[in-house]
Amino acid sequence: MATRKTAKLAAGLMAGALLFGVTACSGSSDDSADATGKVYYLNFKPEQADDWVALAKAYTEETGVQVDVQTAASGTYETTLKSEMAKSEAPTLFQVNGPVGLQTWKDYAADLSDTEVYAQLNDQSIALTNDDGNPVAIPYVMETYGIIYNKAILEDYIATDGAKITSADEITSFDTLKSVVEDIQAKKDDLGIDGAFTSAGFDSSSDWRFKTHLANIPLYYEYKADGIVGQPESIKGTYLDGFKNIFDLYISNSTTEPSLLSGKTIDDANSEFALGKAVFYQNGTWAYNDIKDQKVDDADMGMLPIYIGADGEENQGLTTGSENYWVVNSEASEADQKATKDFLNWVISSDTGRDTLTNTMGFVTPFKTFADYESSNPLVQADAAYTAAGKTAVTWNFTTMPSEEWKNTLGQAMLAYAQGTGDWDAVRATFVDNWATEVELSNQG
Amino acid sequence: MYRSLKRWWWLFTGPTIAAFIIGFVAPFALGVYLSFTKFTTVTKSRWVGLDNYARLLSDDTFLHSLWYTAAFALVTTVVINVVAFAVAYMLVKKFKGSNLYRSVFFMPNLIGGIVLGYVWLLLLNGILGHWARSITYSATYGFWGLVILVCWQQIGYMMVIYIAGLQSIPGELIESAEVDGATPRQTLRSVIIPLVMPSITVCTFLTITNGFKLFDQNLALTNGAPSRQSELLALNIYNTFYGRTGFEGVGQAKAVIFLIIVAAISLLQNRFARSKEA
Repeated sequence: MATRKTAKLAAGLMAGALLFGVTACSGSSDDSADATGKVYYLNFKPEQADDWVALAKAYTEETGVQVDVQTAASGTYETTLKSEMAKSEAPTLFQVNGPVGLQTWKDYAADLSDTEVYAQLNDQSIALTNDDGNPVAIPYVMETYGIIYNKAILEDYIATDGAKITSADEITSFDTLKSVVEDIQAKKDDLGIDGAFTSAGFDSSSDWRFKTHLANIPLYYEYKADGIVGQPESIKGTYLDGFKNIFDLYISNSTTEPSLLSGKTIDDANSEFALGKAVFYQNGTWAYNDIKDQKVDDADMGMLPIYIGADGEENQGLTTGSENYWVVNSEASEADQKATKDFLNWVISSDTGRDTLTNTMGFVTPFKTFADYESSNPLVQADAAYTAAGKTAVTWNFTTMPSEEWKNTLGQAMLAYAQGTGDWDAVRATFVDNWATEVELSNQG
Repeated sequence: MYRSLKRWWWLFTGPTIAAFIIGFVAPFALGVYLSFTKFTTVTKSRWVGLDNYARLLSDDTFLHSLWYTAAFALVTTVVINVVAFAVAYMLVKKFKGSNLYRSVFFMPNLIGGIVLGYVWLLLLNGILGHWARSITYSATYGFWGLVILVCWQQIGYMMVIYIAGLQSIPGELIESAEVDGATPRQTLRSVIIPLVMPSITVCTFLTITNGFKLFDQNLALTNGAPSRQSELLALNIYNTFYGRTGFEGVGQAKAVIFLIIVAAISLLQNRFARSKEA
């Protein structure tokens, strides 16, 4: 009798232990309300992942505040952010990519008006505000894009018979650019290159250069002509002919057959430029890390504005703006929010932080505290040269594009046009008609 | 013994039930609930009723991927089962190296879907490169590319099930058919196929559901390009959920519909195939 009871008891205990084990796994860990607070940064830029971890470690060593940095893999930021924000240990600091991105996360954006990062902005109007007009998203890096070019090959070209220009400075309009590009393409064998432009790849690693960055140029001119600020309900597509011109130039004077574009990646374009197989490459200052230390010397890298044949484009500079905004999670505990703001303050004011941002990460920042820090990136210097010459920088208006979906549809229509399976009317339709549709859809509910 | 089981059953099944609830029932219920709400993160949602389902109806990409997936599942189910059966039929014959062949055919299953997708992306693009094309050139290319990939991966797996089915047929049955003067074709149709019907049921079930649920390979091979035209249902749902701001609920509603479709088809298939079993 006694043995049966013992066996029963043992079995009961074992089953109980199992049950306990299972429930313990699902238990939440809300007991970590640390008075000092801690920082959890979900970083957007994979190319700087290690740099942020090192920076966080330096801060922890200096102040004892715990800083965790996670980096989402390329192209998965929104996905990662969505699942991380649902956790009890959500990021205290994350990024949005502009007004449209902020719209998604506005319920999680804390007021930053009392922070140092806002106070130290060179131009406080570039911070994004919430419905009450309080700054909630602070850009921390200014970036520039245009047509990167290889000065050495361009000089070789200028030395050939019948060259259309005598100096790169003469390229100040679409017409000049077009005549130079077409001439280079015709002489590509003499110059020892595969084409004037790198491949306009439409793989998802590369298509943002066109559906977003290139599409910004006609948008910029339209906004300027119509005096538009913010996101319009609909657009007219006044400058789409210029958009077609520049895109035609890209796809018909490149290293690649247009029918192969759907599979070409950003790595293809990087290597074509870095190995000197193409002269022109539409990309931005961030591409420097991928193209440096190979065949093209830093001194041979220049950047041209993207011309589309609009009036007054002789004074057009490079395209400069930001889509990297810091947002502090308003759902995080008070202590964590404070710790996060202190961390940001340290990043932009300490020597370690400033040195890392400028020299290690190669950023141009919009803060006053960085006045004595100058970037060694030749593409950044090219931008500074244009600004010094009094050219007007083109602003980043693509942050007002209605949705990712709008960009994707446009990109795919452009690809269909490039490879000959679709026509330009479809591109125009996705650009203009789909704008209104997507604005309406995105603001629904 | 019986009496104590009656009293203590909850203690013994409890852990399993708890795990089942945490791992299956809760996410499932939450998923269905979320399809009726608007949300950005799953912990903060607002009830909107049938809104998401209404918005889903006006989504062309969903209808397109529905047909695309149905066609894909049909083609792969037929091809995989016919070829797998043929291969199994050959490999149950005793010849030198038949075991080696079995392993070789089975091997593709050991590679993960994403890796497989990238490897086949290289292979197919390499071949299409001769005509200056790539796999994402049009939805048709993507469709057949996916069919080739999935067949290559799953034929070996189904083959194993068919081999097991074929080996369980008693040798005397085949022998007596021969003695009765049946041609090999008659033996195959009237003796072998009816007897491997249970394997056919299992294999068609697996291939149909695999066809509908295919995700990794689709993501790696075409990622829906061009114009989301080569997007199978699972990828469409994923892209709706993560790719479009404010469409998380719609993605969730699509997932619920997806579940109903797959469940209905597999139930029908199962009932139909079982009725044919000897």
